[in-house]
Amino acid sequence: MSGMFVHNLKLGAASLRRNPLLTALMIMSIGFGVAASMVTFSVFRAVSGDPIPQKSARLFTPQIDNRGPQYNRHGEPPDALTYTDAMALMRAHRAARQTLLFMVGLSVMPDNARIMPFKAVGYATHGDFFPMFDVPFLYGRPWGASEDEARAPVVVIGRALNQKLFGGANSVGREITMDDRQYRIVGVIDDWNPVPRFYDMFSNGAFGDAPQIYIPFTYAIAQKIDTYGSNSCGSVGARGDDWDSWLRGECVWVSAWVQLDTPGQVRAYRQFLDGYAEDQRRAGRFAWAPNNRLRDVTAWLDYEHAVPPESRIALSVALGFLVICLVNTIGLLLAKFMRRAPEIGVRRALGAARGDIYRQFLAEAGMVGLAGGLLGVLLTGLGMLGVGLVFEPAVAKLATLDLSLVALTLLVAVLATLLAAFYPTWRAAQVQPAWQLKSN
Amino acid sequence: MQIKPILSALRQHKAGTLLIAMQIALTLAIVCNALFIIQQRLAHLSEPTGIDEPDIFVVQNEWVGKLSTSQADARMQEDLRAIRQLASVQDVTPSNSYPLRGSGWDDGIRLKPDQLQDTSGSTVYFGDEHFIDTLGVKLVAGRNFRPEEVAPMDMRYSLSPPVVIVTRALADKLFPAGDALGKTIYLAGSPTAIVGIIDQLQAQSVERWAAAFAHRSVIVPRRLAVSLGAYYIVRARPGQLDAAMRETPRALFAINPRRVISDKDGLLSFAQVRDRAYERDRGMAILMGLICVVLLAITAAGIVGLTSFWVGQRRKQIGVRRALGATRRDILGYFLTENLLISCGGALLGVLLAVAVNLWLVVRFEMNRLSLAYVLAGVVLLLLLGQGAVLAPALRASRVPPVEATRSV
Repeated sequence: MSGMFVHNLKLGAASLRRNPLLTALMIMSIGFGVAASMVTFSVFRAVSGDPIPQKSARLFTPQIDNRGPQYNRHGEPPDALTYTDAMALMRAHRAARQTLLFMVGLSVMPDNARIMPFKAVGYATHGDFFPMFDVPFLYGRPWGASEDEARAPVVVIGRALNQKLFGGANSVGREITMDDRQYRIVGVIDDWNPVPRFYDMFSNGAFGDAPQIYIPFTYAIAQKIDTYGSNSCGSVGARGDDWDSWLRGECVWVSAWVQLDTPGQVRAYRQFLDGYAEDQRRAGRFAWAPNNRLRDVTAWLDYEHAVPPESRIALSVALGFLVICLVNTIGLLLAKFMRRAPEIGVRRALGAARGDIYRQFLAEAGMVGLAGGLLGVLLTGLGMLGVGLVFEPAVAKLATLDLSLVALTLLVAVLATLLAAFYPTWRAAQVQPAWQLKSN
Repeated sequence: MQIKPILSALRQHKAGTLLIAMQIALTLAIVCNALFIIQQRLAHLSEPTGIDEPDIFVVQNEWVGKLSTSQADARMQEDLRAIRQLASVQDVTPSNSYPLRGSGWDDGIRLKPDQLQDTSGSTVYFGDEHFIDTLGVKLVAGRNFRPEEVAPMDMRYSLSPPVVIVTRALADKLFPAGDALGKTIYLAGSPTAIVGIIDQLQAQSVERWAAAFAHRSVIVPRRLAVSLGAYYIVRARPGQLDAAMRETPRALFAINPRRVISDKDGLLSFAQVRDRAYERDRGMAILMGLICVVLLAITAAGIVGLTSFWVGQRRKQIGVRRALGATRRDILGYFLTENLLISCGGALLGVLLAVAVNLWLVVRFEMNRLSLAYVLAGVVLLLLLGQGAVLAPALRASRVPPVEATRSV
């Protein structure tokens, strides 16, 4: 059998060499079609993947409607919480784990006077953030509830910042100065930047660089550190003129996340949210029925349209392109196989079964597919270099040609070509031995 | 040229005919829509901001440490004076944002204090009395801000400027009768009077969600005085942009080094701002262009391949026709007409497909409806492509000698 297979491959190779132009056209057609699909697919895969697959069904972000039906958008509550509501959720402590967060941008003032001050962007959050999101630590550990309570000036820094300031050494226990405040480093995390950044879709950084600082939410509030991210005040009018009225006001700027491990916990948390909104109504703050949401990571990303429409359009168009390339290949294979009708007739007359013809021609098509796939890998590699021209840099750099993509490229090329070869092969196998011999 | 014999010959090659027609149809569907997307994106990214772009650059200045509003304001004033003294600089204005930045302060405008829904959304730009001159926007009615109207403001304060300047687009939306000047409007809930109208000033975001108020901007006489810093919009003297972009940060660090001007995006010429704002649109146009070119090439190659095969298959028949008196031109015409028939069939199907694809894009991605001109352009393009592709094999066919009729393979 394997000897026959090798024989078929040899026959195929000889036939491909006989018609170099047609062969080249087919290989190019497959190569371009597969490469276009793979480049756009790699971008799509990067932007549409589950950023935290092991936990995405257990992490939820609560939304509370503090605007009411007159001012909210399409009946949906705002995408973030007011400080008032966020703090109420933290105090109630109804989930296994919970954290608040908002973006901060602090100026790092290095001890080394030769390094100019620079901006470090990250989050003010609670200690639960790290175990909740499975953040990997290089050195040290997250801060705990006691530091949250004590509003301690501690910081967890990212690997890149640790590299820049301490040459990558274990910096736990050392101090850094940011905006004239001293922070003690309690942990250094490894490269960690889930994409899209599901936990902060509100501040527009879905595909941004990895955050480099994390400080306690409580400390940031005590120090009046303002958000570096978005805020939305809706149509609620006056804003007040100081920090306290900003905190007490109805602008939303805090994101909240809770971990709920069972459907029962999720139900209970929904009830809790509705109860809270009901309390607010009774207290006269809300004049409408509870209108809350509790979305898990997948539902949240979907709601926020995390996948850029460009990458969807590009992928759809590229798939259409692949289909055309396949239609093209069917035509070319048909031409190529039927041109050999006399040869098939002779082989059939000499006793070759239909199955032999099938095997021979499919082997030939498989070789075309493999060659097309190899060209496709090459073109995909080239396409990766040019992907920055087509997608915005933050998205483009997510697309990589890894081993799985190479394998997928080859697989798609061979399978697609075999699929395309079915009809031409079937036609070839229908060639009648007698008819061919007579007509020649 | 007789069409009937061609049709009956095509019936002998149903599969090949169908494949070419299908390929033309699919190609047409994609090419029409791709060309349309290219045109839409190019139109979007060539929209004018209304400002004097070639001479403008932006500095994002962020302070180190915590500053009070008055401290931040004093430092900013010091910076602005230093920038204005540079020989390469014509003028400078501090702001919270600038056109095409991507995001910033948007707020609602109402005509009455007790109104429930906003009359219009708007982009809020902070600016002092230098704003109009620095950006090079044209004041078409009313007056500029007076220095005494411009006040420092913290980001978290409520916004209640006594006067504002609005764009013509916003003025026309609020007061369609054209009498906006002097009127009171409610910006973020506070009353304010329109004292000036400028010709045009684009919003910060070019995304779809901001399209409704893309040119409805309002300028408030405020300086953003916060420790997070602000943007300095600088206008260089004509032709001195590079020098001004070099000298400005140097001058700023000379006054006070306790600041951050990011290497990545702390200093941007407006050309860079424009590039960044539209990189998605440009990318989409490039991608669609590439796909069109490769797709047309592949379709042409497919036609060449299949037609060559047909020519090879029919050498004997061609020879017979030649022997019976058909001229070379007849043979050439035969293959060209054959291709035209197939192409027309494919194009017919392709037009339907193109419209279907477009409808899907409209529903799925809120794109615009395909205009018929693009469908027609696509049809013509593909018919020409088909004729061009078939030319080489057809010429080869026309050169088949009559003596071929007598050969047996």
